[in-house]
Amino acid sequence: MAMLRREFLGFGALAAGGALLGTRVSLAHADTGTSRFVLVIMRGALDGLAAVPPLGDRAYPELRREFALRAPGESGGALPLDGFFGLHPALSFLQQCYAARELIVLQALATPYRERSHFDGQDVLENGSPRPHALQTGWLNRALAAAPRPAAREAGVALGQNVPLVMRGPAAVTSWSSSKLTVLDDDTLARITDLYAGDPLLATRLADALAANAMAAGAGGESGAMKPQVPAPGARGTARYAEVVRAAAGFLRREDGPKVAVFDTNGWDTHANEGGAQGQLASRLGELDAGLATLHQELGTAWKDSAVLLITEFGRTAAINGTRGTDHGTATVAFLLGGAVAGGRVITDWPGLSSRALYQGRDLAATLDLRSVLKGLLSEHLAVPAHALERDVFPDSAAARPLRGLVHT
Amino acid sequence: MRETFASVIAANRFGLGARPGELALIGGDAREWLRAQLRAPPPVLGAADLRPSSQILAQALELRHEIQAQRKQAVTVGSAGSDAADPAQKRLPQFLRPIYAAEVTARLQHAVATERPFLERLTQFWSNHFAVSIDKQFLAGLAGSFEREAIRPHVLGSFTDMLLAVETHPAMQLYLDNYLSVGPNSLAAQRRARRQAPLIGINENLAREILELHTLGVGGGYTQKDVTSFAEVITGWSIGGEGGRFADGEPGRFVFRPELHEPGAKVVLGRRYPDAGFDQGVAVLRDLAAERAAAHFIATKLTRHFIQDDPPPAVVARVADVFTASGGNLPRVYAALLDLHEAWLQPLAKYKTPADYVVSSFRGLAVPVEADHAPLAPFELLGQRTWSPGAPAGWPDRSADWDGASGLMKRIQWADALGARLGNRREALQLAPQLLGANLSEATRQSVAHAASATQALTLLLASPEFMRR
Repeated sequence: MAMLRREFLGFGALAAGGALLGTRVSLAHADTGTSRFVLVIMRGALDGLAAVPPLGDRAYPELRREFALRAPGESGGALPLDGFFGLHPALSFLQQCYAARELIVLQALATPYRERSHFDGQDVLENGSPRPHALQTGWLNRALAAAPRPAAREAGVALGQNVPLVMRGPAAVTSWSSSKLTVLDDDTLARITDLYAGDPLLATRLADALAANAMAAGAGGESGAMKPQVPAPGARGTARYAEVVRAAAGFLRREDGPKVAVFDTNGWDTHANEGGAQGQLASRLGELDAGLATLHQELGTAWKDSAVLLITEFGRTAAINGTRGTDHGTATVAFLLGGAVAGGRVITDWPGLSSRALYQGRDLAATLDLRSVLKGLLSEHLAVPAHALERDVFPDSAAARPLRGLVHT
Repeated sequence: MRETFASVIAANRFGLGARPGELALIGGDAREWLRAQLRAPPPVLGAADLRPSSQILAQALELRHEIQAQRKQAVTVGSAGSDAADPAQKRLPQFLRPIYAAEVTARLQHAVATERPFLERLTQFWSNHFAVSIDKQFLAGLAGSFEREAIRPHVLGSFTDMLLAVETHPAMQLYLDNYLSVGPNSLAAQRRARRQAPLIGINENLAREILELHTLGVGGGYTQKDVTSFAEVITGWSIGGEGGRFADGEPGRFVFRPELHEPGAKVVLGRRYPDAGFDQGVAVLRDLAAERAAAHFIATKLTRHFIQDDPPPAVVARVADVFTASGGNLPRVYAALLDLHEAWLQPLAKYKTPADYVVSSFRGLAVPVEADHAPLAPFELLGQRTWSPGAPAGWPDRSADWDGASGLMKRIQWADALGARLGNRREALQLAPQLLGANLSEATRQSVAHAASATQALTLLLASPEFMRR
């Protein structure tokens, strides 16, 4: 069967069977003291074939029917990537990153999860094991616990009231979200701190919250970046993620701040009336793209040391369903961007969209294990030791060999 | 069981937080206090401004048709502006928002005032089990009436009846897209194929979530084939007045559309269902409700909610056995929960959700809920806007999902603001034992007693470790 393989540019040959063998050992570690990492979780299962359409695949137009994107240059057409894949027209900032060699697109990728439940899918995406609910902590937290000790008290920050599973675990992390509530007076705070002395959980949480607020106040003093200045929650439009990315950048810019930030995006579960070049998904992608452009701008000089990874629990059906949407699928796309990223390429072992190539006759098949990407990235960007990655961060993942060279080292 | 803790466990764990005087009222027989709440029929939320779903939805659909017609006209006369400038864009939210506000207010007023808080907690448990979320169009106007129509009447009935009421409710049909789903060999699809019109077909969203989230649970033994087949079974389950091929039927009500229904017998979970139109789906739902996996799944969620984050398998099995043996008779299932020794062991096993925190604060301080006093605000500020879990799985129910640093700080800040609002009109030291009973620690008592002001004393009481949990 003729299968089009997109090359892993710059990594030499593919191993037989398409497995990823990034055996080259990187000796030059990044200066992890300045490396920043932002993880964006896209909850609800992003349609990877809509975001990064395989314009060169002959089966694509028929599967996507009226939503198939036209070639770059045509009205409402996709943005150019590598000639075979295009980029959804709402992702103009990402396209600029690609042109500036600061974006890697990873296509036909999946976690080890092969069922179609959002909630188990997200659990696997975050817990880092091959099975849902196998671990109560997240891979990013365990990676931070194994990484060289950070300067900050908290290694990471979750933008939101609570910490998502991916960031829960032994390493100290905090959460932060803007508040319309009045700050407590110092005396009351001191009394509550005393009151929590016998309660380890609340004592830790309170200390973390105070540390985050202090940092947020500091950042706000510099540029006003973390002051809530954005419309109420649920507001639509390109400002949807402006507040959260400003806050993330505010923390990451600080020398004494956490070097890792995570936040959620949602609205990707497009079962009906998904749209094509325009429509429901296009608006969501546009909001995300605008948020990432703001992140780039707000990170300032820290952008050059940053890697931003966008991941989702699984993909969606290759074909449009009966209600002009897509149902739960398997493989999808991930984006890795930032000044630290060795970008300007699409990494995929493209399985094709012919009916025989589809997983269970309906989904894009997975040829790249997300854990390969994460292992490569965590080791080269955050200096997480290889043995910890194999043993603690991604247990039972030996088959997923690290994909190296994703960032400049 | 340690009787000293029983009343506070009953009021906090099974109830919605003690109101002043409630612990004394519970007295020595906490289980009887809870059982008694299950005896009379569930109350009806009676505010005059609450309307039925069918009316709200019919109006919303009508409004949408008007907006679409207006737009079309604007396009033909060449005056189409941008979406943002289009005043029609705002008309739907303007219609839906007051309905949502009235529903949340009525629900909160009831939760704060009720003398049957166990029943209300159970109602909210089921409402979250069968979650809809207001971030989808129309649902802001329907989430409240959905709870009143499909959940409340069945909380003391059978699981099967609740399941049937939920899945045939227009709100659920809308939320999980099933109203648009069309059998690939249905009359409607065949007609379209002859005209070579764009393909129409099934949408498997509702079928999957019924299996995964409403009945069997994710490990419940179904396959992708079962999902697809079940989705075909419930093609034709729809709502009236949607326009286009969905125009007929009474607007805003559930309708069965035979022309969209996939003909023929179907196999779900190894059982064959002959085609009986609408009743084919009812038969599948009845069988799903009777599956052992459903009993296990519901028992797991109930024991997680009422006992601890990770309930021991033996505890789950005891509740599941009663669920199965009673055919999903819910009062008997609740009685089994109350009979669990484990339910009465750890008085502070669960970290409150933000909604629990707000409601228990209002109950504990006897705060009057007035419609004009922004009763929705605390839920939004603390991160749990009512009926907005964002996904059909509902809000998560483990402590770690809610115990974030930022979330804690917001609770304390909100408690401080509430204390400031009530000022000297509440005596925190007197309230402390009434709210916390045997849970009241010496550290908290001392802290409240030595507060610098009455306001600060209230803040410290509500911020105390024992008030954060249930």
